[in-house]
Amino acid sequence: MTKKKKKRALFGKRFKMAVGGTVLVLAVFCAVFAPLIAPFDPYQQDLMARLKPGFWSEKAIAGHILGTDNYGRDLLSRLIYGSRLSILVGVASMLLSALIGTIAGIIAGLKGGMTEQAIMRFADAQMAFPDILLAILMAAALGGNALNLILVLGVSRWMVYARVVFGLTRTLKQRPFVEAATLYGGNDRYIMRQHILPQVAPVLIVVATLQVAQMILQETALSFLGLGLPPPAATWGNILAEGNTRLFIAPWIANFAGLSIILLVWGVNMLGNGLREQYDPRMISR
Amino acid sequence: MILGYILRRLAFLPLTLLLVAFATFIVLRLTGNPVDIFLDINRTPEQVAALTKRLHLDEPIPIQFLIFLGDLLRGDFGESLQFSNSASAVVWGRVGATLQLAGTALGLAVLLGVLGGIVCAVWRDRAADAVISSIAVAGQSMPSFWLGMLLIEFFALQMRWLPTSGYGEPRHLVLPAVTLATILLPNFVLITRTSILELMSEQFVVTGRSKGLSRRRVLFTHVLPNAVNPVLSFLGVQVGTLMAGSIITETIYAWPGVGRLLISSIFNRDVPVVEAAVFFIATAIALANLTVDVLQMLIDPRIRRA
Repeated sequence: MTKKKKKRALFGKRFKMAVGGTVLVLAVFCAVFAPLIAPFDPYQQDLMARLKPGFWSEKAIAGHILGTDNYGRDLLSRLIYGSRLSILVGVASMLLSALIGTIAGIIAGLKGGMTEQAIMRFADAQMAFPDILLAILMAAALGGNALNLILVLGVSRWMVYARVVFGLTRTLKQRPFVEAATLYGGNDRYIMRQHILPQVAPVLIVVATLQVAQMILQETALSFLGLGLPPPAATWGNILAEGNTRLFIAPWIANFAGLSIILLVWGVNMLGNGLREQYDPRMISR
Repeated sequence: MILGYILRRLAFLPLTLLLVAFATFIVLRLTGNPVDIFLDINRTPEQVAALTKRLHLDEPIPIQFLIFLGDLLRGDFGESLQFSNSASAVVWGRVGATLQLAGTALGLAVLLGVLGGIVCAVWRDRAADAVISSIAVAGQSMPSFWLGMLLIEFFALQMRWLPTSGYGEPRHLVLPAVTLATILLPNFVLITRTSILELMSEQFVVTGRSKGLSRRRVLFTHVLPNAVNPVLSFLGVQVGTLMAGSIITETIYAWPGVGRLLISSIFNRDVPVVEAAVFFIATAIALANLTVDVLQMLIDPRIRRA
């Protein structure tokens, strides 16, 4: 019997949240204090020190821990600065899509009828369209800067929230406390704020956390395809794309950029999965 | 009954495609004048007039959209601006390569993913499950383009076993297909695991066990046949991911498919080809989803009644 009890998941939710949270806090710390932490100016070129490997090699130049890139810029400093854009775009585009999606989902759930059909069928249609394709099209049309990236990614993912919130709102609408509030004359906006949003919030937080990870991946993908911030901007996607052309002579450039991305995304995913187990897991199970 | 369902679903197809057409049109036509981008500074007014007329840019925008829709119905996206051929012909020429890559990758992902998921579910919370599930979760955080680079670094540059890029022979297909399959693989492992675990607590499974059937017998006759459907419906959702992933994979490996054509056409502002490529991808996804829905209905009588 005791053996059966020991068969718990290897990593508990607390462990996941702690590890994920730590990674995220560290990354945010790096992003905020980048000028203080980074050993070099990320745009400072040094043509005498081009493509030098880092600490693992004898050819390393003192100070450049992770080596240098094709223009002799310090890789570590560029990666530290790169975390700024990834986190900024990841979080801001998540907030934008959560805002659009939540409002659309609640309205569809409360109003029902034609409004619901219009919003949810539109969401379905957009779901059938790969988000990266829409993002590629929009980024190509608008041009790459941080604001456009946030806009593009925010618009491409609102349906995820709309669907979750819509489903919850529809069930909540029939609960006695919402019906009572309606009978007492509470208008839609009041019910939305006082009764629906607090109930939806935990689920929303979980979905939003997991979406930040997706957004960061999408942003690096767009940068990698050349549709993000134009070079020489220090973004992880750009560094990876530069590394891609020098895989043979300087593989560390792509490797460390990739490692940075996977570490942050993995941390955010861990945090999200931990949060998902913390709150009712059935509500959000895909 | 089934035919009626298929017809009803087919009736929705034009609606989806209309939305796609509308989105493509807005994004590509209203955000920049292709004439400015395509002709250089030394252009003559005659050249501008000719290109404007060729792309119908002199008409009011609603008329432009109607012309666009009319052309679309005839499968005519106009002449490509970079290749001297019709845009639809250019895209069609690349479809084979994309299907080859996407098909191989999907097959790999489904096969390995379902097997992995079964292993995880059967030996739940044991070492195998912990390892496979953890790798799957880590895999979901893996940027596909970086994975592609790592594979090139190791198998092509270090070991020199496989070519870094190219097209035609089977050995060219290995790395791109593995990269694309890895994008999908973690999701299939996790979804199979969850579906099987959910089924295992169902009453008919418990009944099967309590009347004395072996675990293996219950797994093969009660659980697995019922797990086909959730996995299949997830496959429908994943077709979008597959297409998006193939855009990136094709770019890394210089694979001559629709995805790479789309990206290069965006940079060359070849609007007709971009439209045709986007439209092809959207139609492929819509049709794949339709096929999955119909298959599900054929397999599971419960859906037919609902």
